[in-house]
Amino acid sequence: MEAQAQVPVSDADPTPPADTSDPAAEIAIDARRISKVYRGEDEVRALDNVSVTIARNEFFTLLGPSGCGKTTLLRVIAGFEPPTAGTLWLNGKDITRLPPNRRPVNTVFQSYALFPHMSVANNIRFGLEMLGKPKKQIDEIVDEMLNLVQMQAMKSRRTSEISGGQQQRVALARALAPEPEVLLLDEPLSALDLKLRKEMQIELKRLQHETGITFVFVTHDQEEALTMSDRIAVMSAGRILQIGSPQEIYQRPAERFVANFIGESNFLDATLSGNAVTFRTGGTYEVERPADVEDGAVSVLLRPEHAILSSDPSALPATVETVVYSGEATSIHTRLDSGEALKVRVPNAPHSGGLPEQGAPVRIGFAPGALTVLKD
Amino acid sequence: MDLPEDAGQLEAEAVRRDTRDRWLMSVPALMIIFLAAAGPLLVMVIYSFLTPGDYSGVKWEFSTNAWSSILVQRDIFDDTLQWADAHLTIFWRSVSLSIITTVLTLAFGLPTAWFISTRPPGKREFWLFLMTVPSWTNLLVRTIAIQELIRAEGVINNVLIFVGIIDEPMQMMFTNFAIGFGMTYVYLPLMVLPIYAAVEKLDVRLLEACYDLYASRWHAFTRVILPLIKPGIIAGSILVFVPCLGAYVVPRVLGGGKNLMFGNLIELQFGAGRNWPLGAALSFLLMVIVMIALIYYIRITSQERKDG
Amino acid sequence: MAERSAFSVRTIPGFSAIAIFCFVAIYAPILILVTFSFNAGTSLAVWEGFSFKWYVAAAHNEQVQSAALRSLMLAFVAAAISTVAATMAALATTRTRHFPGRTMIYAMINQPLMIPEIVTAVALLIVFAWVKVVTNHTSMIYLIAAHTAFCIPFAYLPIRARLETMDDSLEKAAADLYASRWHVFSRVTLPLMMPGIIAGLMLAFVISMDDVVITEFVKSAGQDTLPTYMLGQLRRVVTPEVNAISTVVVFAGAVLVSIFFWVSSNRR
Ligand SMILES: Nc1ncnc2c1ncn2[C@@H]1O[C@H](COP(=O)(O)OP(=O)(O)O)[C@@H](O)[C@H]1O
Ligand SMILES: [Mg+2]
Repeated sequence: MEAQAQVPVSDADPTPPADTSDPAAEIAIDARRISKVYRGEDEVRALDNVSVTIARNEFFTLLGPSGCGKTTLLRVIAGFEPPTAGTLWLNGKDITRLPPNRRPVNTVFQSYALFPHMSVANNIRFGLEMLGKPKKQIDEIVDEMLNLVQMQAMKSRRTSEISGGQQQRVALARALAPEPEVLLLDEPLSALDLKLRKEMQIELKRLQHETGITFVFVTHDQEEALTMSDRIAVMSAGRILQIGSPQEIYQRPAERFVANFIGESNFLDATLSGNAVTFRTGGTYEVERPADVEDGAVSVLLRPEHAILSSDPSALPATVETVVYSGEATSIHTRLDSGEALKVRVPNAPHSGGLPEQGAPVRIGFAPGALTVLKD
Repeated sequence: MDLPEDAGQLEAEAVRRDTRDRWLMSVPALMIIFLAAAGPLLVMVIYSFLTPGDYSGVKWEFSTNAWSSILVQRDIFDDTLQWADAHLTIFWRSVSLSIITTVLTLAFGLPTAWFISTRPPGKREFWLFLMTVPSWTNLLVRTIAIQELIRAEGVINNVLIFVGIIDEPMQMMFTNFAIGFGMTYVYLPLMVLPIYAAVEKLDVRLLEACYDLYASRWHAFTRVILPLIKPGIIAGSILVFVPCLGAYVVPRVLGGGKNLMFGNLIELQFGAGRNWPLGAALSFLLMVIVMIALIYYIRITSQERKDG
Repeated sequence: MAERSAFSVRTIPGFSAIAIFCFVAIYAPILILVTFSFNAGTSLAVWEGFSFKWYVAAAHNEQVQSAALRSLMLAFVAAAISTVAATMAALATTRTRHFPGRTMIYAMINQPLMIPEIVTAVALLIVFAWVKVVTNHTSMIYLIAAHTAFCIPFAYLPIRARLETMDDSLEKAAADLYASRWHVFSRVTLPLMMPGIIAGLMLAFVISMDDVVITEFVKSAGQDTLPTYMLGQLRRVVTPEVNAISTVVVFAGAVLVSIFFWVSSNRR
């Protein structure tokens, strides 16, 4: 499995679809072949030859399971971890050796890292003072930031005297105040409860829109990534597996891991030949053939909501095993005659009835384009 | 639910018996400390209001002379009141040397504490151990070691003469310098330990946050590190200042007969000075100053325990 | 693949250098003292070759012999008594909710730590001088009492710390298995708190061995301990014999303290 092929390695490589216009001018961050090895008792390769370009004003998300290297990549960009190999470019300048206090990049830390000995307002002032801005300008910006995150009323509170959600806002304001080129956010919402998290997701989108700052957002929550991002990079074990818009990632996952990690999925064994696949249960269907997959045994992805219960005789025959009702939809777990499990997700209509019983024979069909051939 | 008349009596009885047992168990320790530490302090207070005996000891006549003579003395010839210059000099030396020592131990101890806490987790105990072992070995021996170093024929002078920086040995023994040097050496670990505890609690992410926000090394130190470890610095300063103020062995060995500190002035009253009441009064004064500092210390450390 | 920009947020320029200097400075004087104790010459300044002669001289010095013996005896008795008293007090003041007077017991036990030694020394001088006159009795009892008193808080500290890490479920289990109160104590509680007791005993021993100030004020004529003997010697011409004694004291202390740390860190 060669992740490299998916990702532009240098300026010469084809750029991903999102920034087709004029790559050189629009690119904020350009990480080239970055590796990070932690040498301890045993070596950990936290980043393995990662290359990624992030466009200006983009809401870019690093998505992957815990331990896949998201934080490490963020810390390399912020300047806290020197990469073991590779270079990092910001707005066309090599910043690999620049210490964090000289990078125009700010971080919203996972646990906020607010200064406990300073008030809310002084936390926000800090970066501006360090940059040596004139006092009058600092006061203005701090005021503006307090309004932006709606914390005006709490500006003289200690950071220990405000709630988690409010701390979150202060951390955001503090990082936005110096108007960084890039804002890095490391799972900023993970400590909040569900309701607050949903609110903050919208809030973050709004802030990114209003400030026009490039956001690099880290999360392990696929839903969060899908709803917030312009583009997503899916990571696993120190590599980037795929970069693309939420739609691309969801509908055309490049690898089985990506498909599995994002959304629910059925994988069916099939044989690829030309522009068609043949399933083990029989049935040959037209597919969009990926460029780098050879004829022979392949895996085919079928999202449960793209499958339908059908009466078409050409649909796949199966037997119902379980029916699970979950409010807005019902999941029907079936087993194909080949022995493979297949899940069908049916939206619940107001007067839905007529769902199949356990053990009932059914046929499963799908719309054209619902099948994705995966390389694995 | 109806409770019978004698409800709770059994419990109350058990609690009372438990409390009594616990007091009884503590009696031996309390008795020993009362007889051979705390109780005598009370007698000492009484002595400070008596009249010095002709040879030594006291005469049982009430007098406040001891207390007033701490600060003023009556001239032998014209009977006028004057400041007790000798005492004031010694107080000033005690306080200023204690402050200087505190500042020096801070200047050396803070970097040392920082160094220890930035070692890999498994190695920190080793460095701490290395720092604390000497402070558990004999104070007198460590003072003698300093004497070896700074004597006229000591190592420092020999090296300086050998290198050619000086021709004659420098007089370092029996100076205020010697006392300050010795106390800094002896009390350094008392500064390192509480600062280490404070640095240990410092969240690295706060340092990352401040560098992320463009702080220079200097600003990170003064604006974030120092304010956050201030409780440790205050605790360490008190822990050093207090024994310096009451120091006896170091000034006696390194200061000689002329450079007395508070503790030596007290001793003098029981020896050549033959003024036990004054000695008792001075002791009591020292005790009160130290108690105030320690109560402040306890308040800071318990405050911190509450916050942390 | 060398690490390139090596910016560390934990670095403060110059701090490591100062720290290393401190560690060297802490041990250098002691090492010099130890070195000159092996000097063959009489001088404390010029190295005249290696020899054990000052150790032999110290060992044959009758005053040193009796002072060393007295120090050991005193430290042993004071440590033993203070550890027993501290163990009882620790049992009484831990693993319980607040009871009337607990804070007072704490304060009283820690009282010797709060007062400058010179103050306690003077107070003891005053009281014991009077007692000596009245009773005409000048045995070691005064030194033993004084040492025991200031050793109690040091013995109490590790024992209490140990007890606080022990929950009483094991004791409850023993009681459940029909053990009498005495058996619960002797078969469960005491063995469990033994590391703390040993640590306390050793700490008390070291503290007693090291004391100069209180001993100097409390001792009667002819009751020199090793530290007060050395203090007296400093007034006279200093020979490497003092270095030799110091070296022995330092090593004995360092060994005991190392064992102490080992015992008390083993409780986890
Ligand atoms: N300072 C470090 N020392 C050693 N290994 C580390 C360090 N930081 C992270 N790692 C390892 O690197 C890998 C990636 O970690 P991280 O970037 O924190 O993952 P994520 O943020 O995606 O959960 C993990 O296996 C982690 O254990
Ligand atoms: Mg992470």
